Amino acid sequence: MTSGKADIIAALQKEILSLQGYKAEGDTAVVNVGLEPITRSFPNAVFPTGTIHELLTEAPEHTAASGGFMAALLSAFMQQGGVCLWISTSRRFFPAAFKAFGVEPDRFIFVDLHREKEVLWTIEECLKCRGLAAVIADLAEISFTQSRRLQLAAEQSNVTAFILRTNPRKLNQIASTAQWRIRPLPSQLEEGLPGVGFPRWKVELLKVRNGQPGKWELEWSLGQFVVLPEHAAPVISDPPKRKVG
Amino acid sequence: MGKRYVTIWFRHLVTDWMTRRQPELQEIPFVFATNVHGRIEITAANKAAESQGIVTGMRVADAKAVFPALKVLDNRPGLEQKLLKVLGEWCIRYTPVVAVDLPDGLILDVSGCAHLWGGEHDYLKEILTKFSAYGYDVRVGMADTIGAAWAIAHYGNVYPVIASGEQTTALLSLHPAALRLDTAILVRLHKLGFHKIASFANMPRSALRRRFGETLLTRLGQALGQEEEFIQPIYINPPYQERLNCLEPIRTATGIEIAIERLLQVLCKRLETEGKGLRTAVLKCYRVDNKIVQAEIGTSRASHHVAHLYKLFELKIPSIEPALGIELFVLEVTKAEDVTQQQEELWAAAPGLEEAGIAELLDRIAGKVGADAIRRFLPAERYWPERSIRLAASMQDKPESGWRLDRPRPVMLLPTPEAIEVTAPIPDYPPMLFRYRGKLHQIKKADGPERIEREWWLDGGEHRDYYMVEDEAGQRYWLFRSGHYTADHRHQWFIHGFFA
Repeated sequence: MTSGKADIIAALQKEILSLQGYKAEGDTAVVNVGLEPITRSFPNAVFPTGTIHELLTEAPEHTAASGGFMAALLSAFMQQGGVCLWISTSRRFFPAAFKAFGVEPDRFIFVDLHREKEVLWTIEECLKCRGLAAVIADLAEISFTQSRRLQLAAEQSNVTAFILRTNPRKLNQIASTAQWRIRPLPSQLEEGLPGVGFPRWKVELLKVRNGQPGKWELEWSLGQFVVLPEHAAPVISDPPKRKVG
Repeated sequence: MGKRYVTIWFRHLVTDWMTRRQPELQEIPFVFATNVHGRIEITAANKAAESQGIVTGMRVADAKAVFPALKVLDNRPGLEQKLLKVLGEWCIRYTPVVAVDLPDGLILDVSGCAHLWGGEHDYLKEILTKFSAYGYDVRVGMADTIGAAWAIAHYGNVYPVIASGEQTTALLSLHPAALRLDTAILVRLHKLGFHKIASFANMPRSALRRRFGETLLTRLGQALGQEEEFIQPIYINPPYQERLNCLEPIRTATGIEIAIERLLQVLCKRLETEGKGLRTAVLKCYRVDNKIVQAEIGTSRASHHVAHLYKLFELKIPSIEPALGIELFVLEVTKAEDVTQQQEELWAAAPGLEEAGIAELLDRIAGKVGADAIRRFLPAERYWPERSIRLAASMQDKPESGWRLDRPRPVMLLPTPEAIEVTAPIPDYPPMLFRYRGKLHQIKKADGPERIEREWWLDGGEHRDYYMVEDEAGQRYWLFRSGHYTADHRHQWFIHGFFA
């Protein structure tokens, strides 16, 4: 009897997930991003694709860290030779650096625009194109309605979008599946060695739909993510504080 | 109905063309010449030169002995063919079947055409007048066979028209060269005393074949109409153009949409059957007030995909102003290319840069915001950071060399380095602390220096010594010092990027 109830609850949960834009397992190819403990925070323990991920940054140092983290994630998306579009109004990313994160920089197509309005139109067009591996956009301000529109387009085509929100004037809620914040951490080398080590980040999953938020410390070394052991267990954090207004 | 042919012989094709381009050459003897086995031979001479006794095949040195002021121009290979093709296309006005007869003639199949100009005489007169008005010195001939028409044009001296069925009598009095024979056969005929076609036309065929070969019999048969001769007519590609007339002037966006869709459907069907694709196209809208509104589209690769092309035009519809109404739409393909057929993938790999869907997406973006907004970068084999990447010329452009991994580069690179204040201990050591935008950063770890020299052949100035540094918060920067430490002037430090 109890197992029957559990089954019903599991089935209902799945139904709710599908209503909220999650594809059922086996429906789409699972992208293995190599983030074992982090993916457990997501529903079904699968890194969500075909949705919007939101990355919050405050300073250029954080933007650079987010860029590195994103490129490392994209290496999993672009493994079979996919193409990414990078849409931005003020691009400072240096393509040659992405090679260190396991992606071919010539597989990025940059669209450098002048107005944010054009950025929104372009993202939507890109999200309607099934042939893309992912879409990255540099966009500070976006309203909930606009993000919802993008989310619907992404669900249709199963293209994943990463929106990089650099220092937005108003941190409003948008229809994203996950909200990340990536900050650099001091790198560590073996005892006594001079110099700068592999990039390390403090990865915070501030908000995740139907999942568990958490904080981790990551290192990108030798072409893969290494979750640093002392913080491996997800810590349930307070919901992110939002500016009202 | 019997066949009728006209041949046009351009006696000075190349030189007449030159005179047309440079009228001042009209009275001056000039020749075209080319190098044949070390001696310079004349390939074409104009009328003035011929009147001095200079003919084709002469050496330039001999010709100059005859006429020292002779102007010699370089021969252009393939020019005759090009000229004849253009002239042949123009001759389509006289008959739909026109063939090029190298090196200096055109063959027109005029069966059933001459009466439209009021008879064969007037027809030929029209052709002659038109060409001489253009400045071309032509001779024409008309007969039932190509061979006879050619003979009468080149060797006839009375009247250029051979009446139907009269070619045998007309040809008999002509020189054997009128049969379009090789020089070797002509020499042999001359040796044997055959100075007229009549002298051998009635000889037994076997005897002729044994002595002169099959060619003579074929040419004779073709001229007399006993053997068929085939020509390869010039084919003119009809332009990719579609028109749509409107009964009522169109004034709404919906109307324009329907018009574009209909035009595209017809046009793309034709492009598809011919294996062509559209690269650029123009939609011309003729308005009631006699103004023409245009909308242009372009694609990054040839396409005959209606839905895609329609989307590109859709972006342009707001710029089409109908005013009082549009009464005629003309869709014209200004550039068409062969479509590369894509093979269906047997199993779905992640699509790459060659994917048609991405090309169409980029076309749409280019149509909306301009093609220069779309950039892709390839590695350039240079150390100077700003020049170490270059723009890719196209989506198919492949990197010539691999991306380098041995030298760390920042994820974010400032477009221009920004000056910072530093405290650095001694030469060649990284700074201990630096101030960037009013904030003090204590440096805990550092790598470097990596010296990058300027490309002195492009710009002068100091080299840069780059350091990758990490501050107490773990933020990583790319700093550099410009130039050497010297006693007399201060060396400036800059920040150039942020590492991930």
